[in-house]
Amino acid sequence: MDKIKLVTAAQEKTDIPKFHVGDTISVSVKVIEGDKERIQQYKGIVMGIKGSGVSKTFRVRKISNGIGVERIFPINSPKIAKIEVLKEGSVRRAKLYYLRNLTGKAATKIKEKKKKKLIEDVLSTDTVTQNNEESR
Amino acid sequence: MLGILGKKIGMTTYFEENGNAIPCTVIEAGPCNITQIKTKSKDGYDSVQLGFDMIHERKINNPERGRFKKLNIAPLKYLKEMRNFPVENLKEGDKISVDIFQAGDKVKVTGMSKGKGFQGVIKRHNFAGGVRTHGQSDRERAPGSIGASSYPSRVWKGQKMAGRTGGEKVTVRNLKIIKVIPDTNLILIKGAIPGAKTGIIEIYKN
Repeated sequence: MDKIKLVTAAQEKTDIPKFHVGDTISVSVKVIEGDKERIQQYKGIVMGIKGSGVSKTFRVRKISNGIGVERIFPINSPKIAKIEVLKEGSVRRAKLYYLRNLTGKAATKIKEKKKKKLIEDVLSTDTVTQNNEESR
Repeated sequence: MLGILGKKIGMTTYFEENGNAIPCTVIEAGPCNITQIKTKSKDGYDSVQLGFDMIHERKINNPERGRFKKLNIAPLKYLKEMRNFPVENLKEGDKISVDIFQAGDKVKVTGMSKGKGFQGVIKRHNFAGGVRTHGQSDRERAPGSIGASSYPSRVWKGQKMAGRTGGEKVTVRNLKIIKVIPDTNLILIKGAIPGAKTGIIEIYKN
């Protein structure tokens, strides 16, 4: 395995942002038309992440003009200029294939991940309850 | 034919500069030593014997040890003959390394395929099998008739039947070299090659 790493280490990107299944992301894809190159945005929900190392891929689903579209991107491909995480989702599956059977609003909506409570927030709520008790 | 011995390391994805993802086999090839040069006048045919993969001196027998000592090279595990090898400016004991190949070259790869045990005719000879419906119960993977009755009243020699599959010498031609890394003796070849990982293979220049 280590000898394969000698070949692939140089190809693996290090600047990819961390994202998970259920997140809404925007992928900037390089598109070559003739001799011109432009960047196309592809925005959708991450349905699954597959593989490891240089061959790792992820699947993004979006609803385009009422039709479901899925694209699989190799995460280390030079064709991907940028990945941006727009929304973090909270899901209980590793692969969101159930989205294919959903229609309408449900097909594009995923519960957002709750942000971890900061210590300061917890402290402030505690003081509020104390004040309430005193006033009684 | 110019060639080298190597070891299959495994497969991976290689990205070209334009973004194309290419499935590649990584091979550790050479460095090999020429252990013997056979000539038509002396041996009846022209060939070169290559040695690959260093081995401890303790693990080979005395006559072999003597051969390597005479050539002044480290003992090698695998010895293989290659016919019609261009031997100009080469002598016994010389080193052959991956730099005989370049990216874009077409090569021929020979190896021992994975053993698959006793297999039926569908896997072994690509037979179609029987029909799945029309009241069949046990014909789905059966070979069908194996010959006629009154003539020849026997089964022809070479009739394709079930049996041991795999574990035989297989050659794949016209494989493209994607990259050669001389520092680590690695070659990247597009597509699959015969055999399991760590299998010994021969690579010939087309």
